[in-house]
Amino acid sequence: MWMEIGTVSDIPKLGARVVQSAGGDIAVFRTADDEIFALFDSCPHKGGALSQGIVHGKAVACPLHNWNIDLVSGEVQGPDNGCSRTVAVSVNSEGMIRLQMPDVKATEMKATGTNG
Amino acid sequence: MKQKLIVVGNGMAGMRTVEEILTRDADKYDITVFGSEPRENYNRIMLSPVLSGEKSFDEIIINSHEWYAENDITLHAGDAVTMVDADAKTVASASGLTMAYDKLLLATGSEPFIIPVPGIDLPGVVTFRDLDDVNCMLDAAKAGGSAVVIGGGLLGLEAAVGLKANGMDVTVVHLMDTLMERQLDEAAGYLLASELEGRGLTVLTGANTKAILGDGKVSGLQLDDGTVIDADLVVMAVGIKPNVALAKEVGLEIGRGVKINDQMQTSNPDIFAVGECVEHRGATYGLVAPLYEMGKILADHLTGGEGVAYQGSVTSTKLKVTGVDVFSAGDFSGGDGAEDIVFRDASRGVYKRIVVRDDKIEGAVLYGDAKDGAWYFQLMKDGADITELRDTIVFGQAYAGGAQADPSAAVAALADDAEICGCNGVCKGDIVTAITENGLTSLEEVKAHTKASASCGGCSGLVEQLLAVTLGDSYEVQAVKPMCGCTTHSHDDVRRLIVAKGMKSIPEVMQELQWTTPDGCSSCRPALNYYLLCAWPTEYSDDNQSRFINERVHANIQKDGTFSVVPRMWGGMTSSGELRAIADVVDKFQIPAVKVTGGQRLDLFGVEKKDLPAVWADLNAAGMVSGHAYGKSLRTVKTCAGEQWCRFGTQDAIDMGIKLEKMAWGSWTPHKFKMAVSGCPRNCAEATIKDFGVVAVDSGYELHVGGNGGIEVRVTDYLCTVESEAEVLEYAGAYMQIYREEARYLERTAPWVERVGLDHIKANLVDDAENRKALYERFLISQKALQEDPWSERAKGAKDAHEFTPLKIVA
Repeated sequence: MWMEIGTVSDIPKLGARVVQSAGGDIAVFRTADDEIFALFDSCPHKGGALSQGIVHGKAVACPLHNWNIDLVSGEVQGPDNGCSRTVAVSVNSEGMIRLQMPDVKATEMKATGTNG
Repeated sequence: MKQKLIVVGNGMAGMRTVEEILTRDADKYDITVFGSEPRENYNRIMLSPVLSGEKSFDEIIINSHEWYAENDITLHAGDAVTMVDADAKTVASASGLTMAYDKLLLATGSEPFIIPVPGIDLPGVVTFRDLDDVNCMLDAAKAGGSAVVIGGGLLGLEAAVGLKANGMDVTVVHLMDTLMERQLDEAAGYLLASELEGRGLTVLTGANTKAILGDGKVSGLQLDDGTVIDADLVVMAVGIKPNVALAKEVGLEIGRGVKINDQMQTSNPDIFAVGECVEHRGATYGLVAPLYEMGKILADHLTGGEGVAYQGSVTSTKLKVTGVDVFSAGDFSGGDGAEDIVFRDASRGVYKRIVVRDDKIEGAVLYGDAKDGAWYFQLMKDGADITELRDTIVFGQAYAGGAQADPSAAVAALADDAEICGCNGVCKGDIVTAITENGLTSLEEVKAHTKASASCGGCSGLVEQLLAVTLGDSYEVQAVKPMCGCTTHSHDDVRRLIVAKGMKSIPEVMQELQWTTPDGCSSCRPALNYYLLCAWPTEYSDDNQSRFINERVHANIQKDGTFSVVPRMWGGMTSSGELRAIADVVDKFQIPAVKVTGGQRLDLFGVEKKDLPAVWADLNAAGMVSGHAYGKSLRTVKTCAGEQWCRFGTQDAIDMGIKLEKMAWGSWTPHKFKMAVSGCPRNCAEATIKDFGVVAVDSGYELHVGGNGGIEVRVTDYLCTVESEAEVLEYAGAYMQIYREEARYLERTAPWVERVGLDHIKANLVDDAENRKALYERFLISQKALQEDPWSERAKGAKDAHEFTPLKIVA
């Protein structure tokens, strides 16, 4: 489900804001070129809040241990391994940001990981 | 019999369409043109040179009255069409003419966008759209005075430069952070702003106009931050919007513009539209090239061409300001799969950025050297595969297709009078001679002897190649450890150059020192932010987004994403009132843990980020301020009981500690900085493992520096003994300042003292009283800008409110 969550100008350049959802916090990032990306707000290393990191280029440095996460793919850059889940984003010509909100049920099913 | 074609609009789009029709079939239509301006058809985009005085109006006329006559076109100039009866297929004009058509062409163009603020109707407020506006500005300029241009886009900047050329003092007020942000990226926008400021214009970005002031006539302009700028003339150039008034009355389908299909046909099959007034496939255009493309398609269609269709246009832009070379095309926002090829030449002020996706050019921004703009634009429009050109593409067409050169062979082939260092004018011959005659073997030596690469350092790679070519195998490239992967410069070089070149912002440093990434990384940005605020304490405006989260929100992030809060307790002293307030805050916000820290403070753990401002407000209300327990800054001054209470005490350690903390709090330092004051040599405050330690003795105070209780314990070095509290303060301030000015970012005092040696510090602080006082003075000056409680302004919601609220909460 696509949902409007705010405008580009609500997020500082080279910064991030959080969207709180039933499926977990989503970090929404704005680059220097005003591109918007969204990831689940959790570093694959120790779960650090990526929304609190320093945004540079198309990456964010996790505030806990400075792992760099690619905003496009969610992949950890450099020697470390791991991936943060991405959330699809669209921005219209007025700067309204929409997120493809993750399906909460699907998330729960996946989280419990069993069929009964 | 000829069909009747009526054209509404005597501008560039309408008349280009007519010209295209005439070249295809001059006999097909009986053409009548209505124009609201009382003059022939002229080149509107050349109004800027008319304003600046570089051209006259006669020079920008496209079609003279004779041309209309020769082509049997009836022109009603100065007579606007006011009504269209689409059923009867007639138009009526302001002067009362009514005329029938078979085909109607709307080319009504666009109108200036007027921002809705008070005062827009005052005499002296003008737009920049037609010749009347230009004449109005030229009249105003004759009287001299000052002008404000609202809008830092293409049109606004051209107006500003034109008014400046006419002798006015000009301020550009731009809402966005970057000039021409739709055409330029931040780096090019920065270069443009510097160039314009160099020409004497004042450029205010991030500036939102609140009102135009004046009583009967414009006298100034007020921004929403309260700033008032005096002005005798205000030019509104914030943008344009399609002029759809007539089309709307006709009942045509309207979006942002008059909606047209691929044949330029509106929702009424006999009414067509071209130019800035249209919306095609969701896009509107404000540049000339697309208008001409539309004109061709429509002319084909109206003269019987089959199957022609307008596909939309890819646009490019050039700023028409003499001496400023700017080109922009396509999409340079990057995105998934896009790659940047960046070239910077700081001394020439050249910046080029080519955005490539799937081996094709997607966009380009050129500043300072735009001669290859057309070539890039062609490659982009053609969708050409640039794999073969990739290595040299950024240098332009002249280098395309050449064999890949061995860099040292290229250097070896240079003539002796080829300039290597543009900053200091050093040629290849000078450097080679210096190397051979003086037996130089390193970059540093060449720098010292010739000044080559001593300024911006951009040519250091070339100088190293010259060393290699001259010395052959005996030369080994010495590794200067760069700050990070974004630059070849070391921390020390960057600091030195920031001061030497007077660089005052992060984008400026990255441009001038040729950073290889567009906006640095999490390693260099905090360092640059620190170096700049240290170098320019009263001028630099801190870049919050270049700070780590703890310094950005003035609290310590914990592993679970909550924060810890440490109020300042001066010299480790507290009171019943403070403790009671802290207890109340703990209860009110259900703070899960309170801990006594190693630095004699109380740490409140587990505070939710959203609660921080309210927690601070309550602590502020009890008189407490931020303890800076989160910063690369002065942390704590720890004290023992001292002579006030202790039977061994020799001096008042508590009082000394409080005075030190009151002097030094709020200071940003390369890394965290801790102090302690012990009242006797028993040293209960552990002053000899602090960055600056004071140990009182009967005769005064022993001062110790460079201690560290961290991973690698280091006991302080003894600096000297002083007699008075005032001297302790002076030495402490001077020591902090030399550390602030000389240490590398994230270098604690312990490794710094070991690196530079205690003798260096003694020479500056102990042996040279004048230097010590100067350092102390600089410390106090920088403190003036820093001693404001960061909690208080955030608790009031006055700063960074976005940090403490989620963007959205989805149930």
